[in-house]
Amino acid sequence: MSATMWFESYWPGLKAEVGGKAASLGEMTGAGLPVPPGFAVTTAGYRAAHDGADLDATLGRLLHGLDVSDTGQVSRVCAQIRDIIRAMPLPADIETSIRTEYSTLSARCEINDLPVAVRSSATSEDSPDASFAGEHDTYLWVRGADAVVDAVRRCWASLFTDRATCYRVEMGYEHRTVEMAVVIQKMVRPISAGVAFTLNPSNGDRSQIAIDASWGFGESVVSGEVTPDNFLVDKVLLEVSKREISHKAHEYRLTDHDSVEKAGIDPERADAPCLTDRQIKAIALLAKTAEKHYGCPQDIEWAVDMDLPEGENVILLQARPETVWSKKPRQSVAGGADKNPMASIVSTLMNPLYARKDG
Amino acid sequence: MADRFPSPFDIETPEGAEGWQEMYVYPSLFSEARKDFEESMFWFQDGVHWPQVMTPWDATFFEFAITSLSQYNTRHLQVPPANGIAFRILNGYGYLTPVPADPATIEDRVANFMDRAGFYFMNWDDLYDKWMIKIRNLVQELESINFEPLPEIEDADEVVKSGAGLGSGYKIQENYRTLVDLSLKLWNYHFEFLNLGYAAYLDFFGFCKQAFPGIPDLAIAKMVAGVEVDLFRPDEELKRLARVALDSGVADAFTVKDVEQTCQILKGTDAGQAWIASFQESAEPWFNFSTGSGFYHQDKIWIENVEIPFDFINDYIIKLQAGEDLARPMEAIRAERDRVVGEYSELLASDEDREAFQAKLGLARVVFPYVENHNFYVEHWSHSVIWRKMRQLGEVFVKEGFWGEANDIFYLKRTEVEDALWDYYVSWATPEPAAGPGYWPGLVEKRKGICNALKKWKPVPALGAPPEIITEPFTVMLWGITSDSVTSWLGGGDAKEGELRGMAASPGLVEGPARVIFSPDQISEIQQGEILVAPLTAPSWAPIFGKILATVTDTGGMMSHAAIVCREYGLPAVTGTGFATSTITTGQRIRVDGNNGTVTIIE
Repeated sequence: MSATMWFESYWPGLKAEVGGKAASLGEMTGAGLPVPPGFAVTTAGYRAAHDGADLDATLGRLLHGLDVSDTGQVSRVCAQIRDIIRAMPLPADIETSIRTEYSTLSARCEINDLPVAVRSSATSEDSPDASFAGEHDTYLWVRGADAVVDAVRRCWASLFTDRATCYRVEMGYEHRTVEMAVVIQKMVRPISAGVAFTLNPSNGDRSQIAIDASWGFGESVVSGEVTPDNFLVDKVLLEVSKREISHKAHEYRLTDHDSVEKAGIDPERADAPCLTDRQIKAIALLAKTAEKHYGCPQDIEWAVDMDLPEGENVILLQARPETVWSKKPRQSVAGGADKNPMASIVSTLMNPLYARKDG
Repeated sequence: MADRFPSPFDIETPEGAEGWQEMYVYPSLFSEARKDFEESMFWFQDGVHWPQVMTPWDATFFEFAITSLSQYNTRHLQVPPANGIAFRILNGYGYLTPVPADPATIEDRVANFMDRAGFYFMNWDDLYDKWMIKIRNLVQELESINFEPLPEIEDADEVVKSGAGLGSGYKIQENYRTLVDLSLKLWNYHFEFLNLGYAAYLDFFGFCKQAFPGIPDLAIAKMVAGVEVDLFRPDEELKRLARVALDSGVADAFTVKDVEQTCQILKGTDAGQAWIASFQESAEPWFNFSTGSGFYHQDKIWIENVEIPFDFINDYIIKLQAGEDLARPMEAIRAERDRVVGEYSELLASDEDREAFQAKLGLARVVFPYVENHNFYVEHWSHSVIWRKMRQLGEVFVKEGFWGEANDIFYLKRTEVEDALWDYYVSWATPEPAAGPGYWPGLVEKRKGICNALKKWKPVPALGAPPEIITEPFTVMLWGITSDSVTSWLGGGDAKEGELRGMAASPGLVEGPARVIFSPDQISEIQQGEILVAPLTAPSWAPIFGKILATVTDTGGMMSHAAIVCREYGLPAVTGTGFATSTITTGQRIRVDGNNGTVTIIE
């Protein structure tokens, strides 16, 4: 098992080595659901570092006879272990591997010192680690190989939070067998972002994909602060069938210091469509793929990333089941009266579609 | 915004066109005697089929076609809500109005329609096979007609001793009447199936729109459209001939770009002669193909203007040499059609819906080949033969001094041709000087002048008060006339400055320089990478679709022949914009949005 794995290379046999988070990202990438690109440092990477630094001995020494009821002692010992892990040297091949993959990712996005998110990825759903997944660390806007390697060690160190450590002691789990994978993933820097439904929310039409989009981060759309551009796309032909371009007065955008600020938009850009037709189609295809993958209508969040090349820059941020129309019983169109084809043709001629309100 | 169009009685005669009414038979004119009816109706100009001024004889097909349509709706099938379509000619252009059925009669009509139309749907394939035989026999009959100058004396054996008791003088009159009768028969045949085809299509269309309110019209058309369509066959034959020319090593003959020289070179080699034989095989019947709608005598026909197919073949040779694959990817087209059907079917709410969807799609597909193909057999093939025979007759009169050139015959009404023939017969029988040479040349000249004056008149799109909502299903489908288009003609609607709205007939979004052309003769002006803007397009323009980025037309609906062919070639198209050719000028940059049916002038 190698020390790293690109999301594209994931297959289910790797799940134990890359953890739940990376497995899910890998599965989505494989299903044509483009998540922000990245890779995982596998448990093999962790194990090699662990062994290289002879952590077994350190853990054995420091945790021997730990009294979990003594919070002061637990806190002191765990902090000491975490410090050791944060400072431990990595075997040269492991470190090189992380640095190489990071620089490949940077190159792919054509950015030096690409800002990434570094997150822990719990390795087994039923292991105690999973219970503390929320506590495992996440580092955002990490820039540069040194900082990435450092953040990886910090994630590893989060295996030894006070609570996780006590839990293992109480359950009788071996500290030296716990492992952790780490996900390193490009931070999304959106040109535009928004939501998409795999049906028309105004009438439940399942043949349409509705997209709301505005400039910058998706907050402005999700919160309803901005009237977004609205597009309806035919799900089968993937052609835009309706577009309404709105005045988008402000956006949430990145500052030079990797923080997000609310800013006005100059009038010309405010009234311009915030998506190209190609991007609209890519978002629609993404939504359609998610619906197919998860087997029910979806409500997704997406972004168009400014660093990725056209054609790869539409990113899925979140997918969840649509809840409004999905809960209603669906109306059949072929009512009993239409069984006779001639009767149906007569009724078509007598009540022409163009006379109907929605025609 | 105005709420109505001008009354037909308020339209002025263009300067120099005084007396134009004499060019047409009286029932085709708006008349004071039925003024109440004329003014109570909403008339729209049929630019889909008759975008130009009709010369007197050319009005024949206008009158025959619309009458046949009406007769099937009203007297044969009893289409429940729709009677026929009344037609008039105003300043040389054709205007139509759908006539609704009396609501009191609808119940009886429904019963009759279900019986009669039901029989056709049930026996469609058999009846369609019969139709094909009928139409081919009709073309043969037309072909067998010959107009030759009357002989000095009749043949002793054939005419006199055979005991026929009839001679060439009788025969030439009979031939003309037969030609006119066959023309009317042709148009009866044309509408035998057409409205039924549309009805089945509309039924499937309505079902799809109910299940998926937002489904694009185009998606529905795609599911129904045939893969092997006779209307595309002429273009396929051009590609085939280009390939044969390359494979047999005679392609160089086309580089001289002169038909006579090319033929000389071809005749010089066995391979070249074989190519010519192959061309002739394709030409009958497939190059009986008009560069226009087929409704005008002046539209060029490939088989009579060999430079047109030769130019297209040369274009295809160049493309093949550049490594392009011209073959229609039949498998891919079928696979795409199946995918589209499969995906919509899957999106339906229930198995019951899926069953109804498949049944309606099945019927629409049974009837649709007729909708797609009749155009070749009627407007192109049969009309081509009719125009040819008429020119032959015209030529006979030229020799007798009735007028100067064969095409002048089309400046006579069809009834007047009988008068001229009678004149010729009488003067031959006597013999004595015919009156015609002193009568017709002046009249033909006058009418040419009138037609030229009428050409300068831009027909108003409609006359009278529009109904609140356009409901007549065939009007919407065939002519693309909807409440929206009427509103935009009246100058209302939400259209923006520099933007035209029409039907989203074929999807895609492109920008490029416009090339505005007004007649089929100009299609050679079209350059690579331009956007074609025309009153309408004909199926025979298909070969230029490889050059252009998109198509914009003044007239036409989703099912206009132009729309069918545009979709086939995957070009964005906006049809039925009303004013594209008068608003856009050649060289302007325009944006064509075939998804939303808008055309924007950028600069």
